[in-house]
Amino acid sequence: MQLAVLGGFVVAALVPLLHQWFGTRTARVLALLPAAIAAWLLAQWPVIAAGETLWLEWAWVPGLDITLTFLIDGLAWLFAMLISVIGTLVLLYAGDYLHGHRDLPRFLVVITAFMMSMLGLVLADNLVALFVFWELTSITSYLLIGFNHTDLAARKSAQQGLFVTVGGGLALLAGFAMLALAGDSWSLAELTTQGEALKAHALYTPLLICVLLGAFTKSAQFPFHFWLPNAMAAPTPVSAYLHSATMVKAGVYLLARLHPALGGTEPWVITLSLVGALTMATGAFLAIQHTNVKKLLAYSTVMALGTLTMLLGIGSEYALTAFVVFLLAHSLYKGALFMVAGILDHEAGTKDVTAMGGLRHLMPRTALVAAVAALSLAGLPPLLGFLGKELMLEAVLGASHYRGVILLLAFVAAFLTLAVAAIVALRPFFGPVRETPRVPHEAPAGMLVGPALLATLSLLFGLVPGLLDPLVDATLAGLGVPEAETHLALWHGINLPLLLSLASLALGGLVARRWDRLRGQLARLEPLMARGPEAGYEALMAGMVRLAEWQTRFLQNGYIRNYLVMTLLVLVGLVGHALLVRHTPSLSFALDVYLHEAMVAGLMVAGAVAACVMRSRLAAVAAVGVMGFSIALTFVLFSAPDLAITQLLVETLTVILLVLVLFRLPRFATLSTPAERLRDLAVAGLSGGLVTLLMLAVLSGERLPRISDYMVANSQPLGHGHNIVNVILVDFRALDTLGEMFVLALAAIGVYAMLRFHAEAYEARDAANTRRSDDG
Amino acid sequence: MEPLLAVAIGTLFAAAIYMMLRRSIVKLVIGLMLLSNAANLLIFATAGLTRGAPPLVPEGLTAPEGVVADPLPQALVLTAIVIAFGVLSFAVVLVRRAWEIVRADDLDRMKETDT
Repeated sequence: MQLAVLGGFVVAALVPLLHQWFGTRTARVLALLPAAIAAWLLAQWPVIAAGETLWLEWAWVPGLDITLTFLIDGLAWLFAMLISVIGTLVLLYAGDYLHGHRDLPRFLVVITAFMMSMLGLVLADNLVALFVFWELTSITSYLLIGFNHTDLAARKSAQQGLFVTVGGGLALLAGFAMLALAGDSWSLAELTTQGEALKAHALYTPLLICVLLGAFTKSAQFPFHFWLPNAMAAPTPVSAYLHSATMVKAGVYLLARLHPALGGTEPWVITLSLVGALTMATGAFLAIQHTNVKKLLAYSTVMALGTLTMLLGIGSEYALTAFVVFLLAHSLYKGALFMVAGILDHEAGTKDVTAMGGLRHLMPRTALVAAVAALSLAGLPPLLGFLGKELMLEAVLGASHYRGVILLLAFVAAFLTLAVAAIVALRPFFGPVRETPRVPHEAPAGMLVGPALLATLSLLFGLVPGLLDPLVDATLAGLGVPEAETHLALWHGINLPLLLSLASLALGGLVARRWDRLRGQLARLEPLMARGPEAGYEALMAGMVRLAEWQTRFLQNGYIRNYLVMTLLVLVGLVGHALLVRHTPSLSFALDVYLHEAMVAGLMVAGAVAACVMRSRLAAVAAVGVMGFSIALTFVLFSAPDLAITQLLVETLTVILLVLVLFRLPRFATLSTPAERLRDLAVAGLSGGLVTLLMLAVLSGERLPRISDYMVANSQPLGHGHNIVNVILVDFRALDTLGEMFVLALAAIGVYAMLRFHAEAYEARDAANTRRSDDG
Repeated sequence: MEPLLAVAIGTLFAAAIYMMLRRSIVKLVIGLMLLSNAANLLIFATAGLTRGAPPLVPEGLTAPEGVVADPLPQALVLTAIVIAFGVLSFAVVLVRRAWEIVRADDLDRMKETDT
């Protein structure tokens, strides 16, 4: 399996090649990969159904104890199955949706990589591996949302999605680190067995906050819900796949996976159920303000994600059953509806539901699929969505904290969702026929097979819910409810959830009927909406840009001396601190100095200081010369004849060069204030003092054996030279000398080029420019 | 002698840095010259100073008799002196060209890209 997932990334990289062989059929060929994975998963079903867990181990970074272990229990199986089955359908669909699109190969590369990341995420047992796959889904979905990269809105949405999810990812990483510390293990399977110890641990609250931040951003929970509808800038197959069935479910998956380890405590229950319920109501409320079919569906996804989070928060066995059923129902109908939305866009050329009408005559099959899927979304019998909604309401009635608030929010969400379903299914297909930008006709088979299959499954599971019993049991085992005995049934008798459903049907129908007028009234809330969390995000981004600008202006200000001063002060501070604290240099030295040596050193210092204070350029150059020749004398005094000769030659050449060029250079000017000079003097004094101290420290330290002993011993026998320095230069370290020659040659070429390229060339160009502008 | 030279080298570094912090571009070049000389001397002196024993092998022998000065730092410094000269001549010509084009001696005024 690891091979399939990691191999999938390789296949993704090879897509451009495949595209050359298979052309427009590439998507269909590629669909074989998730189909094969789905088939393999299906073959494992007997093991999973027996309540066992499949372990697939593969050492990844043995040194750090990181293994790429895949763990397949009921929960992972359900998610992996959804990812691979819907993935197969989406690839088939995308092949036709983007038929002939120039960038189809690029799309297929990224979506395949995304699919594999998502599979890795739900199957991984190791926290680090899970995190890597988690971030991979963020990055690949960024590339998918920004697929139309020439569109500014798409780029902005992609960036927003990335920042929100990756920002949450950072929190998640911290949360995982604390989780591993608290549970003393990186393995999810081990962590889930020590729930009691984790909940009692001192790190429980901070780690819960971090993990929840990660999961909430990924799953678009309030107040991070805004990125998901914006992500609808992606091509529709992406919306169908990432933003309904997979990516956003990653957060929900993580919460479900950690439920046995972290769930059930008061903070967990209250946070999850309240945030979830709030997200539900917000999503459903924002949905009905939009006429763009993709936005309508996106906000209803936000609502569904809120529902799932809330159910995990409530956490009773009933709620967890509802979680599984609702998850499955949502993936089936939402995938189908997004694909229908894509068909509408593709065939009719618009996404606005108010601009379409009467399409059932022209595209009867699409209309049928849309109707079935929308019935499931609305939660009407006999579809799986109905079952999910009934279970959800039942679970809410059994909530332990804030039951009234949650119930109210859930009820609002339920009837508004019903209205959304009615709008999406009825508006485009019924009523009078309207003119659309394109003449609509039935979608190609490749685009219909996916939604049709998903809608059929919704219907089948709704009619025969008993089929799901073993799957729900197996998944519940992964959620920490072993040996559950679920018996799903469509008809529960007349009870409170059914009455609530009837009430929501009536209210939802009313909203759908009055939708046009209602939208007008809601539009008046616009100023309030503008203050939502998205505005906060925008303000944060703008603030970051301003901070970056400020620190660039402050640090990268383009003044060479500011860079120098800063670098030097940091250097003096760090090295000086280490020197004084760790290694106080002893200042007691036996001074064996001859008078002539001291005079040479004095001359050297005098030359350097004079070069600084001279007001005439010539005098300064002469002072530098004095210093250079004193250095040459030092070399003579201390047994370095070769250095002395070189220094003399170079110093002479330097003085000649400077004198030649000097008269073409500006005179010295006093440009700085006395205060500035004082500051510079202080910096220079500190740096110089540091060098002196460093050298004293080196001298007082222990001497290591000289590496040059070998050179001294072998200069004559191996190098056949009596001057050891020369032998080192041309033999032992000849490569250094070669490099030196290159540097010199480069400098010579540079000097030559600059001298040849006269200023006249510039002047001529300026003159020409002036003439041109005069003529113009 | 080394402690005395340490103080001298420190002064050389201080002078070089002071000159490099000036706004006048010619002073920057002079600072560069002082800096390369100071660095060379530092490498040479930290290896330890030896009087009157150059690293030479007398005629007829395969190795010098007794202790000689360490030849490796000398070889390194020799390379450094030559490279410093190359860099300096490049810098001087660059400064001259910049002066010809921009006609500004002040580094602060050279900061703008379209002077």
